[in-house]
Amino acid sequence: MVIQVKNLSKHYGEKKAVDDITFEVKDGEILGFLGPNGAGKSTTMNMLTGYISSTSGQALINGIDIMENPKKAKSYIGYLPEIPPLYVDMTVKAYLDFVYDLKKCRLSRTKHLQEIYDLVKITDVKDRIIKNLSKGYKQRVGLAQALIGNPPVLILDEPTVGLDPKQIIEIRALIKKLGKNHTVILSSHILSEIQAVCDRIIIINKGKISANDTTENLSKNMTNDHKIIAQIEGPREEVYKAVRAIKDVISVRADMNRGDNIYDYEIEAKPGVDIRKPLNKLVMERNWYILKLQPNELTLEDVFLKIVMGDSPKIEQELTDEKKAKILDEVLGKKPEDKKAEADKAIDEAQEKLKEVLNGITQKKPSEKTQKLNTSLNKKKTDKKGDEK
Amino acid sequence: MGAIFRRELNAFFTSAVAYIFLGVFYLLSGFFFINSSIAGKTADMSGAFASAFLVLIFLIPLMTMKLFSEEKKQRTEQGLLTAPIGISSIVLGKYFATLVLYTIGISIFLVYALILEFFGSVEWTMVLANFVALWFLGAAFIAVTLFISSLTENQIIAAIVGFISLMVLYLIDSIATMIPVEFISKILTDLSFYSKYNEFVSGLFNLSSVLFFLSTAVLFNFLTARVFEKRRWS
Repeated sequence: MVIQVKNLSKHYGEKKAVDDITFEVKDGEILGFLGPNGAGKSTTMNMLTGYISSTSGQALINGIDIMENPKKAKSYIGYLPEIPPLYVDMTVKAYLDFVYDLKKCRLSRTKHLQEIYDLVKITDVKDRIIKNLSKGYKQRVGLAQALIGNPPVLILDEPTVGLDPKQIIEIRALIKKLGKNHTVILSSHILSEIQAVCDRIIIINKGKISANDTTENLSKNMTNDHKIIAQIEGPREEVYKAVRAIKDVISVRADMNRGDNIYDYEIEAKPGVDIRKPLNKLVMERNWYILKLQPNELTLEDVFLKIVMGDSPKIEQELTDEKKAKILDEVLGKKPEDKKAEADKAIDEAQEKLKEVLNGITQKKPSEKTQKLNTSLNKKKTDKKGDEK
Repeated sequence: MGAIFRRELNAFFTSAVAYIFLGVFYLLSGFFFINSSIAGKTADMSGAFASAFLVLIFLIPLMTMKLFSEEKKQRTEQGLLTAPIGISSIVLGKYFATLVLYTIGISIFLVYALILEFFGSVEWTMVLANFVALWFLGAAFIAVTLFISSLTENQIIAAIVGFISLMVLYLIDSIATMIPVEFISKILTDLSFYSKYNEFVSGLFNLSSVLFFLSTAVLFNFLTARVFEKRRWS
């Protein structure tokens, strides 16, 4: 069952909760919605399921517009909202019987319900009153009600929230299993979950789609594997010049001051060239020290944070290019193509100066940003550790 | 509609609502019945029917207060609104479930009439006309208070506002006399539920009054459905 979303928007007055998003989910695909809290994940899902209307745009479930033919479109969808819609005074069995009637399900009642009890493992609590169940069981009952009627599309809003690690693993395994014969949209703000379960990821931030790709591609594209970060102890200017002079190095950036004469250098080499050995050699010859050497590899977590915080390396590069050109013009006072040879020389000189200037700028600005990024990364890591415990 | 109707009716009897409503209604109507008919040694039940109006003003908001407000608060309405059913099925399912409980409640008047039959001859056409009027009155009141319940997510607020609204409908005659502008007071008097109901009690079966109660019920059920529609669109 295919889901098509075309230019879907939802505005609450001035606030754009969802702003013109377009995507498609293929048959049998598990799609992950990723985004920080308040990014518009739930709003999008509520529009897809017909709970709220869209301000503009279309959502088609198997070609049927949810706004124009809601009954038909809704009959294709099993929805688990952020807060499961459970009548807490009912027993599990009575509640699921009610949902069975509500959805006008035509499958054999006892057999179908028993299958669902077994699938989400709630057989032993089916005679208990829902309000006395633990959060994990409530979530499973919520999942069970979404599965009733065997809808071809499952939309699950944060299905593992509030579960313990064992339950999370179970639910994930269940979703993977369901993904084999259902089309699934799943939202989460937990990356590892999306990574573990989904075929494709859509990252939503501030109501807009920031990324839409397969899990592997997303981390691959964002990884700058030809960049390395080297922490070198030595006079900055000299290190900079020497490293820049190494063959195949495209650019060098002194990123952050780590201490007396210690700097992080972001070194970009030509793709496929390993400059670690020449770098080592150089540093040894000059009696400097390499304190740290690491590839500038991004985990999906970094990718997510970069996208969400708008701290994309690509954007930064563009900015510096722009600035570079501006400053170049100022320094030269004329356009380079006038006198090429002279200009080339001048460019080299200017670039040196420019780098200094830029370093001054970048040292201040990105370091703040990076620090922010780092702290939030660290926080995430500790959170993760805490979760694991 | 069937699923919601059955669930709500079940919920009335698994929670205390049905027992409180039926118990209090039987108690108060029984008191008025004994006071007017048995103690007055008459087979005329109009006294008991007349006082039922006031009892309902208190009891009907209790039945309807949580039907929509709790759905909103517990977020269960999300399940209903994303199910393959129309909004009218949701509203009418709840409405008819309440109406059934209400009918069970007021059926006690037929029992009272049977009791009176032991002591003398009961004017059955009169009793039945009164009963029909009471039923339609309740049908209108339930629709009004259900509508109020759909506006809030706090059931206490729904109960109090529902009670005040029904009280205003009860007192509309007195309010009308206080308004010096004649045509406004005329309109208000025309809207009076109490004087319309009292016509039945005093033995006049007025079909237009039945239609008045019925259209009130239809109007407010329609408005409740609009509240849901509007919430989706805002």
